[in-house]
Amino acid sequence: MFLCSSLAQAAYRLDLSPGVTEVSRKIYTLHHMVLWICIAIGIVVFSVMFYALVKHRKKAGARAAEFHENIWVEIGWMVVPLLILVALAIPATKTLLFMHDTEESELSVKITGYQWKWKYDYMGDNFGFFSELSTPQEAIQGKKEKGEHYLLEVNHPLVLPVHQKIRLLVTSNDVIHSWWVPAFGVKQDAIPGFINEAWIKIEKPGTYRGQCAELCGRGHAFMPIVVVAKTATDYQKWLSEQKLASLTIDLSSRTLEWLQREGKAIYEKNCMTCHQGTGEGVPGAFPALKGGRVATGPIKQHIQTVLWGVEGTAMQAFKEQLNDVELAAVITYERNAWGNDVRVQHNKTEPLVQPADIQSYLKKQ
Amino acid sequence: MRTGERPKGVIRWITTTNHKDIGTLYLVLAFILFFVGGSMALVIRTELFAPGLQWVDPDFFNQMSTLHGLIMIFGFLMPSFVGLANWQIPMMIGAPDMALPRMNNLSFWILPFAFLLLASTLFIEGPAPNFGWTLYPPLSTTYGPDSTDFLIFSIHLMGISSIMGAINIIATILNLRAPGMSLIKMPIFVWTWLITAFLLIAVMPVLAGSVTMMLMDRHFGTSFFNAGGGGDPVLFQHLFWFFGHPEVYILILPAFGVISEILPTFSRKKLFGRTSMIYAVGCIALLSFLVWAHHMFTVGMPVAGELFFMYTTMLIAVPTGVKVFNWVATLYRGSITFEPPMLFALAFILLFTIGGFSGLMLAMVPADFQYHDTYFVVAHFHYVLVPGAVFALFAAIYYWLPKWTGRLYNMHIARWHFWLSFLAVNLLFFPMHFLGLAGMPRRIADYALQFAEFNRMASIGGFTFGIAQLLFIVVVIQCILRGPRTTSRVWEGSHGLEWTLPSPAPYHSFAIPPKIE
Ligand SMILES: [Cu+2]
Repeated sequence: MFLCSSLAQAAYRLDLSPGVTEVSRKIYTLHHMVLWICIAIGIVVFSVMFYALVKHRKKAGARAAEFHENIWVEIGWMVVPLLILVALAIPATKTLLFMHDTEESELSVKITGYQWKWKYDYMGDNFGFFSELSTPQEAIQGKKEKGEHYLLEVNHPLVLPVHQKIRLLVTSNDVIHSWWVPAFGVKQDAIPGFINEAWIKIEKPGTYRGQCAELCGRGHAFMPIVVVAKTATDYQKWLSEQKLASLTIDLSSRTLEWLQREGKAIYEKNCMTCHQGTGEGVPGAFPALKGGRVATGPIKQHIQTVLWGVEGTAMQAFKEQLNDVELAAVITYERNAWGNDVRVQHNKTEPLVQPADIQSYLKKQ
Repeated sequence: MRTGERPKGVIRWITTTNHKDIGTLYLVLAFILFFVGGSMALVIRTELFAPGLQWVDPDFFNQMSTLHGLIMIFGFLMPSFVGLANWQIPMMIGAPDMALPRMNNLSFWILPFAFLLLASTLFIEGPAPNFGWTLYPPLSTTYGPDSTDFLIFSIHLMGISSIMGAINIIATILNLRAPGMSLIKMPIFVWTWLITAFLLIAVMPVLAGSVTMMLMDRHFGTSFFNAGGGGDPVLFQHLFWFFGHPEVYILILPAFGVISEILPTFSRKKLFGRTSMIYAVGCIALLSFLVWAHHMFTVGMPVAGELFFMYTTMLIAVPTGVKVFNWVATLYRGSITFEPPMLFALAFILLFTIGGFSGLMLAMVPADFQYHDTYFVVAHFHYVLVPGAVFALFAAIYYWLPKWTGRLYNMHIARWHFWLSFLAVNLLFFPMHFLGLAGMPRRIADYALQFAEFNRMASIGGFTFGIAQLLFIVVVIQCILRGPRTTSRVWEGSHGLEWTLPSPAPYHSFAIPPKIE
């Protein structure tokens, strides 16, 4: 029993997984077909080659033959491979046409790639959320043990119902990413300004993991995908809970300590990869926040930069990514950390930003 | 200029117009860059030795993988085969030199500056290019570091150099063949270079154009690749791979030529199906213009496009198969010996074919959706380029080095070089097939725990391979300094004009063209 399971595990790691959708199983079959054809051709060709290398060695007394062409043999080894290719092309074409059939879907989810997280929008239900890596930094740095799902775990997995045809609309907010879950047989590039379509029909409830497949910058290794497939009833229950939760955010004022503490956590998740933990940025690439013009200047400009980003640079718009409380917290943190509070005072502006400030800023827009 | 008037020292090498000198310069530069690009690969393998971030920042990791790719392709493989062409083509067609010797000097001397410019990106403020050698926008345009502009100009310089080199090779082959050497009698290595040179002239301008469009997008307000301004990031991918796929054949066709020269020598038997070999190379070259989109099946193409590119890609398997079958038929009933050039050539056939098989698998669009951008692809193209093109290069140097230096090299160390390289290259790249199938994306600085074992194997293979290459340098230096003198034929089964010259080949050869029956 133990041997069996460890063998199964080993086999899984050597090969594609058959997956849990009709598409992924069709791909799996095709993959095996072409793999075995290659292995068969390889055995034939290499056997002849090694036979010659052993039998026709000069040391073994071989004398070179004179022949150096034969039109029929040459035509033969053009025609036979051509026939094999046709035999491969037929099932490949059928599978491809099946994959491209995006009609009659019951549910649409928009997937947007961000540097370096995913956003999922449930199109019919008017709600969505961000999904980002939940592996702690300490585990990556080797200061803490790595868990079973190291780098393949997120804070909010995408939840989908089983046995429903789901249309995926894939796009990006910044650079090209690629949404890939091997168990579904879906890999679709997320291209800024364009929307790509794919579809899935999951057959088994469970948790499925994947990763961004297109190089998207510094955090490319750190934007995994986790999908939890639920039965129709569980899915409906989850959906109503989510909608309720998104309506109730406490917008009351907070203390400076609270905002700084929360803001630090948000900073480390969203800002630190570019602006660094020290707030010093990367010269020539990402500007410093420590003593920076925006972080120690007028509040309005600081809010504006964080909410809308800076066009033509890597600075993203965070308005959709963070809620008003989170925005207030991270801005407050940036205005107080790394000795910025001194500069803020010197510039005669406010160190503290409350959720209400964000709301009044947005009202004036 | 007669031999006596030749300047000495550094000035000789800067002002030389001699094809042998320039061939040597190309090869020396190529091998310097081989070790530079190889060290970068070892930085990558060191970080990937175990899960977690141990040695380098992920952004520096991306810089390493970008520069490794660019340097190995443009700095090592292309110049090394141009070096071979410079040394060999005039000697193999009975010409006194290249047709345009001054341009030859210029096309080499541009290169060191191109690579200094590229290397300088590591030392200026801000990151070096960190978006992969494929330069996809918007990561390389809107999000690219300042050093991207250096990269663009460096690529322009490399392009100018390659185009001049290609023009020179075509002019030499078409105009300077010895009387009686018709095109069809021409050695197969020269044939493959003739076709390669046309590929270069056709596609290098496309690359130059694409990077210029990047430059315009970055600084002059255009939006070729920016959807916000009405452009399309995928347009860049089409342009890049319209260059990039023929580029792959630019790297491998001269390697085919080398193998087709070496096998007959050490099998003591004529190349099987010589004419069909030439047609096969021509077919591969033509088809290479019709397959570019197979690098980008996941960008969201119409199904008709995916089918077209799948069929054309599968078709390439036919002429490639013909080449492999003909090589095996050449060996069959020969009288085979295993000198170092032959060992590398045989390993080429074996391992290049494995790369060909994974290429056929990647052509199947539905399966490509799983393979694309994983380590399966990394395994595939490294099998084609390392035990493919690089082994062919070693085979060529071990084959012709005695002709160039007039001395034999230490066969014993060369055999060690071969066997270590052969074992290490498989330990390095074979596990990558499994990593890709198990779901490891390429170009990631850190990975999930189930990928740990195969990554460790690959890293050990990588370091072994790197160390093995030091043996090659030992063999070459020892040969130049202390190798025993050799004959003009060098190898028992050698054939062709270059072997009629004394060893070492005189500085000026075939001043009077030889007669060919
Ligand atoms: Cu990504």
